[in-house]
Amino acid sequence: MNQHTRIVIVGNGMVGHYFMQELVKRHPDLQAANLQVTVLGEEPRPAYDRVHLSSFFSGSSAEDLSLVEPGFYDRPGLELRLNARVSHIDRHQHTVTLTDNTILPYDKLVLATGSVPFVPSVAGRDRENCFVYRTIEDLEAMTAAGKTAKSGVVVGGGLLGLECAKALKDMGLETHVVEFAPRLMAVQVDEAGGKVLRSKIEKLGVHVHTSRNTTAIVDGATARHRMVFFDETWLETDMIVFSAGIRPRDELARESGLAIGARGGIAIDDFSRSSDHNIYAIGECASWNDEMFGLVAPGYDMARTACAHMSGETGTTFQGADMSTKLKLMGVDVASVGDAHGKTHGCRSYQFLDEVRNIYKKIVVSEDGKKLLGAVLIGNADEYGTLQQMTVNAMPLPENPEFLILPASDGKEKPGLGVDALPDTAVLCSCNNVSKGAIGEAVAAGACSIGEIKSCTKAGTACGGCVPLVTQVMKAQMVKLGMTVNNHLCEHFPYSRQELYHLVRVEQIKTFGELLHKHGKGLGCDICKPTAASILASCWNDFILKKDLASLQDSNDYFLGNIQKDGSYSVVPRMPGGEVTPDGLIAIGQIAKKYKLYTKVTGGARVDMFGARVEQLPNIWEELIAAGFESGHAYGKSLRTVKSCVGSTWCRYGVDDSVGLAVQLENRYKGLRAPHKIKFGVSGCTRECAEAQGKDVGLIATENGWNLYVCGNGGMKPRHAELIASDLSKEEAIRMIDRFLMFYIRTADRLQRTSTWRDNLEGGLDYLREVVINDSLGLGAELEAQMQHVVDNYQDEWKTAVNDPEVRKRFRSFINSVAGDSNIVFVEEREQMRPATVEEKQAQKKQAAKVIPIFAPTE
Amino acid sequence: MNQLQHTAVSDDAILITGHLVSNCLGAWHPVCALEDIWPNMGVCALIEGHQIAIFRLQDNQLYAIDNHDPHSDANVLSRGIVGDLAGECVVASPIYKHHYQLHTGRCVEDAGICLNTYPVELRDGAVWVQV
Repeated sequence: MNQHTRIVIVGNGMVGHYFMQELVKRHPDLQAANLQVTVLGEEPRPAYDRVHLSSFFSGSSAEDLSLVEPGFYDRPGLELRLNARVSHIDRHQHTVTLTDNTILPYDKLVLATGSVPFVPSVAGRDRENCFVYRTIEDLEAMTAAGKTAKSGVVVGGGLLGLECAKALKDMGLETHVVEFAPRLMAVQVDEAGGKVLRSKIEKLGVHVHTSRNTTAIVDGATARHRMVFFDETWLETDMIVFSAGIRPRDELARESGLAIGARGGIAIDDFSRSSDHNIYAIGECASWNDEMFGLVAPGYDMARTACAHMSGETGTTFQGADMSTKLKLMGVDVASVGDAHGKTHGCRSYQFLDEVRNIYKKIVVSEDGKKLLGAVLIGNADEYGTLQQMTVNAMPLPENPEFLILPASDGKEKPGLGVDALPDTAVLCSCNNVSKGAIGEAVAAGACSIGEIKSCTKAGTACGGCVPLVTQVMKAQMVKLGMTVNNHLCEHFPYSRQELYHLVRVEQIKTFGELLHKHGKGLGCDICKPTAASILASCWNDFILKKDLASLQDSNDYFLGNIQKDGSYSVVPRMPGGEVTPDGLIAIGQIAKKYKLYTKVTGGARVDMFGARVEQLPNIWEELIAAGFESGHAYGKSLRTVKSCVGSTWCRYGVDDSVGLAVQLENRYKGLRAPHKIKFGVSGCTRECAEAQGKDVGLIATENGWNLYVCGNGGMKPRHAELIASDLSKEEAIRMIDRFLMFYIRTADRLQRTSTWRDNLEGGLDYLREVVINDSLGLGAELEAQMQHVVDNYQDEWKTAVNDPEVRKRFRSFINSVAGDSNIVFVEEREQMRPATVEEKQAQKKQAAKVIPIFAPTE
Repeated sequence: MNQLQHTAVSDDAILITGHLVSNCLGAWHPVCALEDIWPNMGVCALIEGHQIAIFRLQDNQLYAIDNHDPHSDANVLSRGIVGDLAGECVVASPIYKHHYQLHTGRCVEDAGICLNTYPVELRDGAVWVQV
């Protein structure tokens, strides 16, 4: 690249930002590459995920939707200007002028101006409470209006329109969709498919009006607006959202004389260059071969192409895009592949219609019947991945192509796409341009779970539609590499944790010996023993230090404390919800002082006492129990804490009693053994001071009840929890948590936190919601009963341990001496004890040697 | 069980053990009753300043190795979970989970490390160790 190239990017939407990411990938140090980059965004915030915009209504915040890693735009050589709108391009002077009259020179200009919603020219379209659906500001305005409105209309029954209708429905409005065309999603779906889709959507309580041309919007009699249609019928509503397609933002290009496509959009060549070769155009504002692309994947493709070309590479070109789409609209699967309408000359189709379940499937095949040209899937889109790959890669059709879409019968397997038949170049994830070859490489490099594949290739992380196919390819690749695709727990059990759990439950197995005898071999190990201990505890909840269970426990459970680096233990009494009385605090202080323990307040809002030797533990517990405390299970793969803010009791913003609920939850689930530790958070209002969205289970109070979030995590790999149900009563919330936790305990792998479990769960959040909230597997009552059993059989492990002389005897450093471990040595720091370092221990030993003779080492 | 027996290992293995242990001619010490060690668990004995981890496996097989885990520099091995890996009896250190073979003292993950093993016997229901 030339010296000091000044690049100006107009637009900081998804595609504009992607271009920047590509550029930084090529030139991590922009200054060293002599690049001076300015990014201009007209919105008040940097790039965010417009594809998942509707999740804003189900609880995602603007920050959640952000696509920008913290600090990305702070790097040297890069400047991001927000609220910056370009008013003019001077191609001769090589400058752009902003609306505040700032003039910026450029060597290369990238236009990523996107599109604007198309609003039909209807009289009254500018009335109050008429919106478009494009930016976070639009959504904020809709939310505000939705608070006072009773009904809402979406103009446009396309993909975005239906998403928008869902948002209105979620706001509790009586919702209508008004479509000009005779069917919904006219672009992607044929007539029969449109009918099925309509019937599904209407069942969800949305009123659909097709073939309706709005002629005017005037004052209503029973609502704010009256929409008058061409046949003089009308519909009254409080708010209107226009979502009738998009138009490219090409006005800057037009004004500066760049070539424009036949149907609008900035004309570009295969390198994403406009007619002025110093100006590139990418995304929805660009027109390639007179075609525009309203999806994000082709936009990303153009961004890659432009970035490659600007860096001197001409091997990468834009060659159009596969416009196949798969999405879930209001819970209804809708997919369209290739030539969905059967426009190809001589093509023929196979169709399957199930009016009972509202499923419609169609495939379009070539005249000679050898190739698949397109498909439409409504109501169930399981075959999308197969059909899309067959179409894109022009793979030969099986002998009876109808079986591709017919429901499987008699347990016969459907003719799937042999993933081996796919070429390595086949793009599996079109959102992030991940090929089959890249998945193969990731597997070879050691990624063996869909979660790992997602994190190292980004496949399946945008729309998620490709996950089933990516999983198939991953498994096939593992087999090819001779990796055993088994999930056996360890060499002693040829079963997964989930299978073992099932065996224990069904066969009522109560001991490890029995489990090993019936289903395993050898003696067991430090993998299967604690796993079995956890399963036995989850199912039967016996005292974990019973003679036949004690030897299975990990060292922490074995001594009901947390082992530290020097072999000493820390002690954490439970403080439900972080609540503690002054007397309780004083008792903890006195006990810590007496046993010379180091005290620290933990992140889970309780007190940790460090430095106890094994033989001190029962005495410490006894004193804690006398002061009203019990075990905090800080050592267990079990419920840790329920963190809470102070809630409506004290806080002037509080909406509900978060501490009260936190205490109730902590007392309900304390002692519950699970595949890994579990943390809860309860916030009394949406300010979220308890950070509930970073927990395995989070509850946030709203004016309408509790919102339940699941599968969040802090720590090494933070993950935002996802909203699974809203507006729950306390009792409903507890039932849902019962089910959620038991389902997790039943199905997760060993040491798998809820976040990883969720990332690997086929069907994702939708599936989890179906099982937990809608009880699709009919397991609800069973899971609740199992949880109740655990709750009813709770015991304070410390109390049981100190009261059982046999168990208590085990708490000593030496079987034949009352001495303590001389290797546990403390020194003072900041007025407390801490473990001595190796050097400090050696120095102490030398001093001691003068007084006490040290036993000479044997070697 | 009043007859003196090498409960832990076969005669061949005793030779190997004897070969590895430099102080095999040390004195025998009574440690505890067999019942003091729960099946499939370990205890630690303090013998002349040495910390010795003693394990009781199936059929009252006994093993004795150093209690000190060189990977963590903590005296913790008696608190580890015992089991077998590829047929060899092992204990897993509770700190960083290294496995040590109970027969030989060898660390499974780190061939350079080998703990001392000690002859251990059951005499009249009591556990004796030679240190």
